[in-house]
Amino acid sequence: MFTAILVMAGIAIVLGLTLGYAAIRFKVEGDPLVEKIDAILPQTQCGQCGFPGCKPYAEAIANGEADINQCPPGGEEGVRKLADLLGREFKPLSEEHGVEKPKSIAVIDEQVCIGCTLCIQACPVDAIVGAAKQMHTVVEPLCTGCELCVAPCPVDCIAMVPVAETVQTWKWKYPVVEIRKAA
Amino acid sequence: MIGRLFKFHGGIKPDAHKNESSGGAIRKAPLPARLVVPLRQSARAGAACIVAVGQRVLKGERIGEPEGFLGTGVHAPTSGTVAAIASCPMAHPSGLETPCVVIEPDGEDRWIEHAPFDYRAASRDEALAWLRDCGIVGLGGATFPSHVKLGRGSGIETLILNGAECEPWITCDDRLMRERAVDILAGANILRELIGARELVVGVEDNKPEAVAAMQAAAVGTPTRVVAVPALYPAGGEKQLIRVLTGVEIPYGKLGGDYGVRCFNVGTAHAVYRAFIHGEPLISRIVTLTGNCETPGNWEVAIGTPVADLLALARPKADTDRILMGGPMMGFAMPRLDVPVVKGTNCIISASPRLFPPAPPEQPCIRCTECAKACPVELQPFELYWHSRSKNFGKAQEYHLFDCIECGCCTYVCPAHIPLVDYFRFSKSEIWAREREKTAADQARERFEFRNFRQEREKAEKAAKLAAKAAETRAKLAEAGTAEAPAAADAPAAEDPKKALIAAALARAKAQKAEIQPQNTDNLSPQTQAEIADIEARRKVLEAVAATPAPQAAEAAAAPDEPRS
Ligand code: SF4
Ligand code: SF4
Ligand code: SF4
Ligand code: SF4
Repeated sequence: MFTAILVMAGIAIVLGLTLGYAAIRFKVEGDPLVEKIDAILPQTQCGQCGFPGCKPYAEAIANGEADINQCPPGGEEGVRKLADLLGREFKPLSEEHGVEKPKSIAVIDEQVCIGCTLCIQACPVDAIVGAAKQMHTVVEPLCTGCELCVAPCPVDCIAMVPVAETVQTWKWKYPVVEIRKAA
Repeated sequence: MIGRLFKFHGGIKPDAHKNESSGGAIRKAPLPARLVVPLRQSARAGAACIVAVGQRVLKGERIGEPEGFLGTGVHAPTSGTVAAIASCPMAHPSGLETPCVVIEPDGEDRWIEHAPFDYRAASRDEALAWLRDCGIVGLGGATFPSHVKLGRGSGIETLILNGAECEPWITCDDRLMRERAVDILAGANILRELIGARELVVGVEDNKPEAVAAMQAAAVGTPTRVVAVPALYPAGGEKQLIRVLTGVEIPYGKLGGDYGVRCFNVGTAHAVYRAFIHGEPLISRIVTLTGNCETPGNWEVAIGTPVADLLALARPKADTDRILMGGPMMGFAMPRLDVPVVKGTNCIISASPRLFPPAPPEQPCIRCTECAKACPVELQPFELYWHSRSKNFGKAQEYHLFDCIECGCCTYVCPAHIPLVDYFRFSKSEIWAREREKTAADQARERFEFRNFRQEREKAEKAAKLAAKAAETRAKLAEAGTAEAPAAADAPAAEDPKKALIAAALARAKAQKAEIQPQNTDNLSPQTQAEIADIEARRKVLEAVAATPAPQAAEAAAAPDEPRS
């Protein structure tokens, strides 16, 4: 009996040590859940969700402080993915945070711009180039379409222009399934 | 010497319908009123426009400069005037627009000065650059730039010339081989030398005996082998033809080049011949006009000729309801006819309900696995279909969706009439779009994080600068030992560099002000000044007197307490 207890205790100690070691050795940096949520969010960094960027919103979701339907750029599909990830019910986009829109990018009317640099300070992804009292312009491929630069412009020369489909971005449509007429 | 032939998996035998158009010789299509030359000849790369509206161009003059690694030159197909540089609809299932140069021919068809290029005297890189500048791309349909396909020029043993032309209805390569076999072989041999291959093998489907004979006649006395391969769609697929001719089965994710084999289309070889031996860029190609029309045939068409003008040559019959570009298996119904012929256009088919009956309605998959038996890539189309239909793209990719060559065999055999390829095309473009979105999102995340980091860093830098400056000022003041020094040092400067700085600055300002401000006593007569000095002296005495009693009073106030304690 005594040997049995010793053996069991020995095994327990060994396993405990192994687990303890593994916990230190394979420690996960950062919060994997936040990273996963952040990977789903569209990274428009527009703040419509009520948080200063996608990462803070991801953190808030992970901590249970925010609902999953507050990101309009992500759209219904984004909510669906979040619901899948978190094992929650799908719910439609909350209206107070805005509606889903086709992707647009900001375009500065360069003739009107007075070079006040306010838009540069507002852009969350540094997609605007320019200098004080110089013409400013948006670097198209970098613009996420967050609209944050539109409001600060004192001369209202920034417009959001929907992105047109090109031969490169055109997609084959989902094959139309004919519904058989009821016999 | 005829080597052993191999078989690839699956394949189908649709009606070839070659005889409709293969009878007559290639004719030169008349020039249309306007040529619309897209600057982007393939989906992958474009060219930068180097002409201006109103400029006169000669036949073969370069109008587009190659852009990027995959770019190739674009040339004027005839002499004339540039009428416009604008976005025009493209020969693409979407019918979307792309930048084009519109040329109005002057009817003279005058060539620009051009000279042969001696590739033997030039370095390999120069020869490849010449191909790029001549705008040579794969004419089999994929329009992949040939100079890129020629690669590094090592490790290739066998060059295969693809004359299989396995798609039904199309006969442009057939006619080209019958009529210009010698030129094709000359071009193929240039390609073989450039790629450093030892062997040249021509594969032609055995339903084109005249083409096989012509190629064999041209190859007499040379080591080139011309092999008739069994007609089985899609024997003209690159991997399938390599399999049939060499027995090499190229696995998932690899290319023919990894196994010492490269494949070029016969049309490409002909274009290479024209480019090197005659110095002519690629400005025309052979197009088959066939289907439900009065005068089917093959035409040599200037790139940029609108499809509508070409159809006038073939005279489609009245019951034509659609026009297909490419073959019936891999082509697409054209959304509009004002689009130009491009380098990848091999065939234009007038379709009628009689020749191409509309597909019966799709029914549920019965899992008969006919599609898997027909698939030349040995995929499981029904699984791919399942996952594509439910938009489960990750799973579709696990089943090697991207190995699908969109040959259409599965759709052809499916007893449930499921448009399988449509689903696969949908899945592929959806996955590409997601990939693009993901790259954009990753970039945005990175830039956002960097911006936050930069703002933090700027804040820290500012604070550090401030602290350093405060320390400096304090040190300076301490050194000077002026009256203000203790005042500045007294403040809790150590904790708050800002306050210290402000205090120092205030003190400085006060001193400066005192120095600069003209005193109203400055310009008075000596007499009055003496008076003022007198008054000041008296005031000082009074002030001293007023100041002294305070400590006395304090002492007095403190004193009475002592005895009590
Ligand atoms: S609403 Fe804007 S900031 Fe918030 S998660 Fe969506 S894209 Fe990011
Ligand atoms: S905010 Fe408007 S005016 Fe100011 S720099 Fe930007 S675009 Fe120009
Ligand atoms: S051929 Fe059609 S019905 Fe048969 S398994 Fe394939 S998809 Fe299903
Ligand atoms: S279209 Fe794709 S899945 Fe269908 S048979 Fe061809 S390669 Fe196979």
